[in-house]
Amino acid sequence: MKQSFSDRLFNVCNYIGFGIFTLICIFPFYYLFIQTISDNSLSASGQVTFYPKGIHFNNYVEVLKVKGLSNAALVSVARTVLGTIGTVIGSAFLGYLFTKKKMAGRVFWYRFVIVTMYFNAGIIPWFIIMMNLNLTNNFWAYILPAIVSPFNVILVKTFVESLPEALEESAEMDGAGTILLFTRIVFPLIVPIVATIAIFSAVNQWNSFMDTVFLMTNDKLYTLQFVLYKYLNESNSLAAIIRSGQGMENIDLSKLQTSTSIRTTVAMIVVTPILLVYPFFQRFFVKGIMIGAVKG
Amino acid sequence: MNPVVEPKRKRINFSISLRYRLLLYAAPFLVLVLIFSYFPLYGWTYAFFNYRVGFPLFETEFVGFKWFTSIISNEYQVQEVVRVMKNTFGISTLGLLTSVFPVIFAIFLVEIRTNWYKRLVQTLTTLPNFISWVLVYAIAFMLFSVDSGIINKLMISLGLQSQPVNYLASSEHIWLKMTLWSLWKGLGWSAILYIAAITSIDQELYDAAKVDGAGRFRLMWHITLPGVMSTFFVLLLLSIANFINNGLEQYFVFQNSLNKDTIEVLDLYVYNTGLVGYNFSFATAVSMLKSLVSIFLLFVANQLSKWVRGESII
Repeated sequence: MKQSFSDRLFNVCNYIGFGIFTLICIFPFYYLFIQTISDNSLSASGQVTFYPKGIHFNNYVEVLKVKGLSNAALVSVARTVLGTIGTVIGSAFLGYLFTKKKMAGRVFWYRFVIVTMYFNAGIIPWFIIMMNLNLTNNFWAYILPAIVSPFNVILVKTFVESLPEALEESAEMDGAGTILLFTRIVFPLIVPIVATIAIFSAVNQWNSFMDTVFLMTNDKLYTLQFVLYKYLNESNSLAAIIRSGQGMENIDLSKLQTSTSIRTTVAMIVVTPILLVYPFFQRFFVKGIMIGAVKG
Repeated sequence: MNPVVEPKRKRINFSISLRYRLLLYAAPFLVLVLIFSYFPLYGWTYAFFNYRVGFPLFETEFVGFKWFTSIISNEYQVQEVVRVMKNTFGISTLGLLTSVFPVIFAIFLVEIRTNWYKRLVQTLTTLPNFISWVLVYAIAFMLFSVDSGIINKLMISLGLQSQPVNYLASSEHIWLKMTLWSLWKGLGWSAILYIAAITSIDQELYDAAKVDGAGRFRLMWHITLPGVMSTFFVLLLLSIANFINNGLEQYFVFQNSLNKDTIEVLDLYVYNTGLVGYNFSFATAVSMLKSLVSIFLLFVANQLSKWVRGESII
């Protein structure tokens, strides 16, 4: 097909425009990464801009020695794994139960759950309740509130309702109970939607930050996100960490830890899991938002 | 309660027990909803007491609407409210204005015919949506850092400024900066819905218009754009409903003592007075008013949707 001049001009501008915006989106990640593998003294003085200089991977080894960081990583991983399992069980099982027309007061209880999407008591009353339930400085505060998410319940319910009823009916005839029916017949069928929920929930748990700010004062329960935030803001405590972590024998300036090197390396550790799973969960995007958009 | 229609009388006994068994299975989850979503509503009563941390509620003094009137009781307080509402409205308005960018992004992206390039752009521009605001802040911290950040280096070498500027600590153009960070993080992601809407437009419409001699821009203007308008309208209404809910995390991580006056949106103000200033009752009163107003806004948006589209959004 022959293209007119204005068409070609449009194409060129369009390609370049999107190219620039794409670069703006990913350059910061690249920039962060080259700081972590560059000569620390060069990176601290801002001489590493577009490509790494004096490449070494010492930072990733050194940063593990920073007090509290490995514990924070453990907390982050634990809340991601347990929180995701909780959300999957909660939304899949509850969503399935709500498709059961025989359930006593089904419509009422369904609305009871769904309506919570539209109101919010506010953070202060929520905080006081969490305090009264002894969920401050308690690991379960990361998990329990995440188990029932109304939006996910809707997703599962809609999905189960789209399945052919005959499958369940035949198993019911064979005398299978509700739980058995769910684990053996229904769950394998709803794996596509459960995978979507799991991946979004895992990302949410990993990225979650404000709950630590609200509820945790015990540093054993800090997450990586929170530790990163602290490192960014508290240059004094960071300097103390650097001093305590380094003996006098370590005099190689290029590998000596600086506040920049610790901050960038921790940031890189925080973002890496997201970058690693990203290619796999991309295909869930459209499905994820589309189902929600049909009936939110 | 739903009437249970059963073909055979014999099974009724069984079905009644099943009715409650099903409810019993759901009960643990319903209790969680009750605790984490409904109990906090009871916390609204704190707005009517002189609550102090560590004392049971009934031991504290009932003060009626004192905290509500105190929101605008003196000149200083009125100034505070005006300041916070200005920030909230300013940032929300910028958010509403920039909500057309995802539409433009989607309409122009589908014009790219090279599939691998389109996919690459979509993949990479969606990535920032999946990192936390803390990480966005870390990135901002690195890029804009006074002594090592690339932005200051570039500005100086281009001759646009003579010495490093501490961008993150300055209070200038904070609303715009926050809006730009939101765009950086969310533009690619928000466009996905529109791209999906465009792909569902009937291809025959384009073919017919081409036969009639319509050029590319007329196709974009007369077919693609109207094809995404209903999606845009729904999302616009939802953002109107959320007009005073800016969220907390973004402003929390970007706030510091220098920009606090212009970054403090309503959500952040509630946090700062309540959990930092330990004025629980006052903050509860503010957040209670906020919840009521946003429920009202939701109904307004829903009603608008019913009038214009004949369909509700909730």
